[in-house]
Amino acid sequence: MNTPLSNSLRQGPDARGRFGPFGGRFVAETLMPLILEVERAYESAKTDVAFQVEWRRLLTHYVGRPSPLWLAERMTEHLRAGSAGSELGAKVYFKREELNHTGAHKINAVLGQILLAKKMGKTRIIAETGAGQHGVATATACALFNLPCTVFMGATDVARQQPNVFRMKLLGAEVESVTSGAATLKDAMNEALRHWVANVHDTYYCIGTVAGPHPYPQMVRDFQCVIGDETRDQILAAEGRLPDALVCAVGGGSSAMGLFHPFLDDAGVAMYGVEAAGRGVDTKEHAASITKGRPGVLHGNRTYLLQDRDGQIIEAHSISAGLDYPGIGPEHSWLHEQGRVNFVTATDDEALEAFQLCSKLEGIIPALESAHGLAHVIKLAPTLPKDAIVVLNLSGRGDKDIFTVAHHLGVKL
Amino acid sequence: MSRIAARFAALKKEGRGAFIPFLEAYDPDPATSLALLRGFPRAGADLIEIGVPFTDPMADGPTVQRAGQRGLKAGATLPGALAMVRDFRKEDDATPVILMGYYNPILAYGSERFCMDAAASGVDGLIIVDVPPEEADEIEPAAKANGLDLIRLVAPTTDDARLPRVLAATSGFVYYVAIAGVTGTRSATREALEANIPRIRKHTDLPIAIGFGVRTPEQAAEAARISDGAVVASALIDTLAESLDEQGRARPDTVRKVLDQVRALSEAVRKAG
Repeated sequence: MNTPLSNSLRQGPDARGRFGPFGGRFVAETLMPLILEVERAYESAKTDVAFQVEWRRLLTHYVGRPSPLWLAERMTEHLRAGSAGSELGAKVYFKREELNHTGAHKINAVLGQILLAKKMGKTRIIAETGAGQHGVATATACALFNLPCTVFMGATDVARQQPNVFRMKLLGAEVESVTSGAATLKDAMNEALRHWVANVHDTYYCIGTVAGPHPYPQMVRDFQCVIGDETRDQILAAEGRLPDALVCAVGGGSSAMGLFHPFLDDAGVAMYGVEAAGRGVDTKEHAASITKGRPGVLHGNRTYLLQDRDGQIIEAHSISAGLDYPGIGPEHSWLHEQGRVNFVTATDDEALEAFQLCSKLEGIIPALESAHGLAHVIKLAPTLPKDAIVVLNLSGRGDKDIFTVAHHLGVKL
Repeated sequence: MSRIAARFAALKKEGRGAFIPFLEAYDPDPATSLALLRGFPRAGADLIEIGVPFTDPMADGPTVQRAGQRGLKAGATLPGALAMVRDFRKEDDATPVILMGYYNPILAYGSERFCMDAAASGVDGLIIVDVPPEEADEIEPAAKANGLDLIRLVAPTTDDARLPRVLAATSGFVYYVAIAGVTGTRSATREALEANIPRIRKHTDLPIAIGFGVRTPEQAAEAARISDGAVVASALIDTLAESLDEQGRARPDTVRKVLDQVRALSEAVRKAG
């Protein structure tokens, strides 16, 4: 018998693409027909066995999934040593998305979307990127599928993420440097949307996060749920039970949504989304949309945004280019208001410290984005009992960040 | 009858299309943009469109983006744009005024309160670029209750299956976006317009105005002849921008230069009859 799932948090979005009041399709009429076309194509792909088989094949043999779930023993011991009592200090596991081909979780959803674009008969791909991870993933998939690719990237990010810019070019993509606004992720997304409006007939826009107009938040989430689904199986195999807490950094929030979503109905699993506090949430330089923002409409969806009294969008700041965005995926906004996910923050300095600690203790150089998540694990784990289990989504590797980190540590490379 | 309906009805009697110039509120400063607004009707504007600056105008090309940035730098807000319309209404009670902008500043103001204040200020219609018919319930009830027309964009990508839905959510007039693209970039061919406007007419009795890529007097005349009106924005903003000094401030002849261009465009539309 089917039991009604009225208490499930995993049912969204509704037919209008809403998670409670959040989400929706706030785009210009020029884009609206295409958005509806993407939605129809995605709905059919969901139940298309050949599509799903091909995506899974790519995840296994091209991306290298499943990614390991690593018990970070030295990190665990280190945090226990710093805890207030001998009974404290949770076990810390890392979900190793940084081991994926291209070095981050982004490739999971990119491959799904590129397959969709091909199914729709689109012959060109565009993408926006902040840290460059989504751009690299998109350029990679486009190389594999022999599709021309243009990546929009803010000029500020082009300057601070040179290794990824070069990677994208090696992979055959064009990188369009965007100079409007603060020339970061938000502006790259504006420019990608403008370009899409002008090239709707042959172009697919491969969005990198769980934001944008419906169906993107849902579609990117569904593809990223491979992270949480694997984590569930892996932790059950390793520990025979579900974790006590999940932790992940959030910019747009695709890695967090991918980890959280499969656990949303497991009441015993606490969830922490870690927003970038930049130089501090009480300064003007942060990217903490939920902590310091309020609901508004940008980039096709209603969600928490950093904005002034008049509804103008405020530039975000984070040391991590991937978190440098004044909004967050609409489903996160809803889970925040439902009280299901706790949104906390980590500053640039805390992330830098976590970055170094992880490198030294675990031999893993994490992305600055993931270092924000780790910074919260460093606060959380010592407060939990020894038999508690915390899983961090180590969403990306830090090779791309070594120049930024060196600069902040006063080291000349 | 609303000002918009009255104006289109009068023009129909005259047997010509409407000329609809655009200005960005507070670009490059409040006094200059108010002087332009006041000068538009005498220079031949039949209706007027005022852009409300937004930090992230996703349907606008570089020209309107920069105009918005200048406006924001000069302190433009939604209340500021409404105040401009109130000033304008002190001396002009006939020329319809349409506010064009993005949804977030309206949301921040409060949709219902905004519609009430906009109507009280003398605004006749709204074009909210990022609120498609699918999200109409966000603003439609408040707009209707206050007698504001919701003018909708119809694009070349709006196919016949979708047209009735978009038009059903439209009042005042239909704004035909002539190109699949952002403002101020390319222009549509006459052939494309001559094919698309009758396609829309089959579904509606509302007047249709053409915008996006209408730059020259010839293009404006052609657009007004094929449809019921021509909107010119980027070409006027280009003239304004070129007239500014190195610091981006208006020069003494800024207003005259833009109004001269408005006059040339409107004369071409009138002659096209």
